[in-house]
Amino acid sequence: MQFLSYLISGLGLGSVYAIMALGYSMVYGIAKMLNFAHGDIIMVGAYVAFFAISGAGMPPAVAILLSVLVCTVLGVVIERLAYKPLREASSLAVLITAIGVSYFLENGALILWGADSKFFPSNIFPQGGITLGSLTISWLTIITIAACCIIMILLMLFVGRTNTGRAMRACSEDKGAATLMGINVNMIISLTFAIGSGLAAIAAVLLGATYPSISPTMGAMPGIKAFTAAVLGGIGSIPGAFVGGLLLGVIENLSKAYISQQLSDAIVFGVLIVILLIKPAGLLGRKVSEKV
Amino acid sequence: MKKKFLSLGLIAALCGSLAACGSASGTTSSSTAAEATSGTTTTASGDAFKLGASGPLSGDASVYGIAVKNAAELAIDEINKKGGVQFELNFQDDQADTEAAVNAYNTLADWGMQVSLLTVTSGSGQSVSPLYKQDNIFAITPSGSSTAIIYQDAENNKNPYGNIFQMCFTDPNQGKASADYLSEHTDLGTKVGIIYRNDDNYSTGIYNTFVEEAKAKNLDIVSTGTFTKGATDFSVQIKQAKDAGADIVFLPIYYQPASLILQAAKNAGYTPTFFGCDGMDGILTQDNFDTSLAEGLYMLTPFSADATDEKTQSFVKAYKDKYGETPNQFAADAYDAVYALAQALGNSDVTPKSSTDDITAALIKQFTTMKFQGITAPGDITWNENGEVSKEPRAIVIKNGSYVSAE
Amino acid sequence: MKDLLKRNKNAAVSYSIVIVLFIVLSIMSGAGLLGRKYTALLVPVCCYIVAAIGLNMNVGISGELNLGQAGFMSLGAFTAVIVAGALNFHGVTAPALVMLICIVCGTVVAGFLGWLMSIPVLKLEGDYLAIVTLAFGQIIVNIINNIYLGIDENGLHFSFVNNTIQMQEDGNLLISGPMGATGVNTVSTFTAGFILVMISLIIVYHLMNSRNGRAIMACRDNRIAASTVGINAVAEKTLAFVVSAALGGAAGALYGMNYSSFAATKFDFNLSILILVYVVLGGLGNMTGTIIATTLLVVLPEVLRFLSIYRMLIYAIVLIVIMIVTNNQAIRLRLKNLRMKNGGRGKGKEVSGNG
Repeated sequence: MQFLSYLISGLGLGSVYAIMALGYSMVYGIAKMLNFAHGDIIMVGAYVAFFAISGAGMPPAVAILLSVLVCTVLGVVIERLAYKPLREASSLAVLITAIGVSYFLENGALILWGADSKFFPSNIFPQGGITLGSLTISWLTIITIAACCIIMILLMLFVGRTNTGRAMRACSEDKGAATLMGINVNMIISLTFAIGSGLAAIAAVLLGATYPSISPTMGAMPGIKAFTAAVLGGIGSIPGAFVGGLLLGVIENLSKAYISQQLSDAIVFGVLIVILLIKPAGLLGRKVSEKV
Repeated sequence: MKKKFLSLGLIAALCGSLAACGSASGTTSSSTAAEATSGTTTTASGDAFKLGASGPLSGDASVYGIAVKNAAELAIDEINKKGGVQFELNFQDDQADTEAAVNAYNTLADWGMQVSLLTVTSGSGQSVSPLYKQDNIFAITPSGSSTAIIYQDAENNKNPYGNIFQMCFTDPNQGKASADYLSEHTDLGTKVGIIYRNDDNYSTGIYNTFVEEAKAKNLDIVSTGTFTKGATDFSVQIKQAKDAGADIVFLPIYYQPASLILQAAKNAGYTPTFFGCDGMDGILTQDNFDTSLAEGLYMLTPFSADATDEKTQSFVKAYKDKYGETPNQFAADAYDAVYALAQALGNSDVTPKSSTDDITAALIKQFTTMKFQGITAPGDITWNENGEVSKEPRAIVIKNGSYVSAE
Repeated sequence: MKDLLKRNKNAAVSYSIVIVLFIVLSIMSGAGLLGRKYTALLVPVCCYIVAAIGLNMNVGISGELNLGQAGFMSLGAFTAVIVAGALNFHGVTAPALVMLICIVCGTVVAGFLGWLMSIPVLKLEGDYLAIVTLAFGQIIVNIINNIYLGIDENGLHFSFVNNTIQMQEDGNLLISGPMGATGVNTVSTFTAGFILVMISLIIVYHLMNSRNGRAIMACRDNRIAASTVGINAVAEKTLAFVVSAALGGAAGALYGMNYSSFAATKFDFNLSILILVYVVLGGLGNMTGTIIATTLLVVLPEVLRFLSIYRMLIYAIVLIVIMIVTNNQAIRLRLKNLRMKNGGRGKGKEVSGNG
């Protein structure tokens, strides 16, 4: 019984990781870049939602939409200003620039909104949950997992079935050839960032509702965890991000519960290494062979 | 070839700029470069003691550094206005990082610091204490509570530096005091669960002595949970405490993770009595905090913004007027530390023109013999020659969203 | 032949820059021209330069993204503390000797663990390799944070997670869990740092110009082609990895002997990223660039102190701008045209990043 309870809380934790990892994986899969600023876009989304609800008194649904809008715009602006000039450069240069953007967002938030943590409004989602015997599954966990599934299915449909999605896949395989086919690569990449950042906003609201303390540096740890989850599931794979996130949350909680809390970081990363050794491209990733 | 000349040119420029910066800060303090003076608050009239300090003004812990800086500036403004002892403050950013703290110290030393508030965080404090000892500058830290700040042998509390004092309780003292309080007030509960942060000096320091004293007082510790920096999910730790039947949960941590623990407990339908130390102060003033979560929370703290005595109230009002928010115990300890320095300097016959050795010797003599009344203790505050402070902690409980004395 | 001469010229330039800087800065600091702040920065700059050179070995020359260099630094630092503590306890206190032994021990330990790590790590590629190095870095920090280590006349006492060491009266607690190492005897000097930088440059340049170095670069450029010529990619990359780890350990040992107190949390992911920034900014595979970039970026936050709360914000903006300017072809082209217009016979060919 205890095990089930830990499993469920692990799923709750993992579902938040999964939504964060989805945005990460998507941007990597299409634009082939590790957007280290993803965690900080989440932070901005959380703050926007916070000010919208508690400051301006907007209803939650409107606040969430506003947060998605702001994050989307922010993502596109960052892409245009900082990443586009480096399209031709090595991926490492883009990585470092992403780190610069991350520092910029964190310190900007620190100056604008102060260093003290703020408490995210807890009334957005219904409190309480379903009780089955001695197990309680909170509504928030259910909503988060549901949101995750819906987003994943929508994304897969979008990327797999629509023309734009096809264009995205073309860009990720070969930008040059895609341009030759008449695809506006700039537009596609901006769209990718827009979607990724929009997802970050949704992740932000769910993260804030589950763990209500928000601060300018709240994006750092989720950023690393999202990256880990995305790689665990196979980077670039959308269902992989979902699976990776859930798995990461479950492993983390179970290791905290049964092995050691002091060493839980080491254990989680140790498990990651073992899994990657067994499946070098992540759980659902495909090993792309290079043809000579 | 051009690239090489460019590189050599860059190096020459680098050396030049280093030289320019270096020589500027090496000469008389009145002609220091902009970098040093911009950190200063100069409301002093006439000769002022150079008061240095470092703390996190950026990064995660900046809320504490900014609180200390604000309170210090407030205290100095009031003191300077009264005439008598005058201060000039130079507060450097150390980001709560040991390396940056050493750099901050050197910046302050170049500026000509004569007395100091050491650092805000313990980790930084530990790394600069030996430097303060080397240069024999007197320092009193408002919030650096690790014993390694005042003792060279922190494990056995031996070999005090002698010129470094603390305004705040040491971590071990808080752990002991908490265990004592809990063993005397069994009406709060008898089974103790603990959740502490195991990669943090402060939290582990309190935890270790708490456990020791708990054993001596036969307190029943039924569950122990830990977490590391940046952790947000406490469902496992809460579940373990709940399953073990703990009716008190001891939280020797800061208020930000504490608020997450309170939320997690509420989610799990678990309502023990929570007990914290001075790091818990500030929990109610978080923006939009749901104060019902903290209802019934106890803490041992030197300062309570809701205390009704006149000194506290005028401090809180002045701080609110100037900075727009309620001060926490970091600010209060900083305020007291500056006033204590002013009192000590006022009672001695050193002036800003005296040598650092003279100033330090005079301050040590004053601090080890004087009694100080401040806002961080109901009675007298005194120090022993090791630099440890002796003051009565206040037990506070949160009722109806405000801090109420629990005596 | 021309290539060989060019490579030796690059090495000569690096060496001369370091020697010149050392002499100039030593004179300046001796004459009191530097001020305490910048004098105190001399040793940390050397540490970061050595760590960055090591990382450049991995990232620039071997082409593998290593996000765990700080972990090796921490291994070196804590090994140094333990060895120094043991030496001091048994009466060996001559600073130069202690420093030498500690740095050697730190290097060996980090190199050995680097070798152990490379076994699983090099089975992976690209970003998966990156994340495994990140994972190792986090694991190291987590474990060291839970170590309690003390020394007394009965030898070393070790305890994990909880401090249950029983020591004799005159025993010293060397590592105290989250408090880290305290009461360290600071023996690092700028001269030691300079020597370490020179040694690491010699090692790296020698490796780069050797058969193994060329093999490593061949694997980086085209792994499949290299394998067909008979180069054992894994063995070569392991060599690069171990050298990189060893240099990181040496840097860490020097760092650990420079601060009287530090904790494992100092050597976290952020520090690894910081060193990576130094390497990328200086140019992959370009050791001279690494030295200059590291020096500039370590000193920059100190120089910017007058900006108070805007300091890190400006630092971030400067970083982004520099990255864009140095990597965007359009801007570089414009700058080069400017240079050509303003006189000087510009060479048409752009020197590539291996310069």
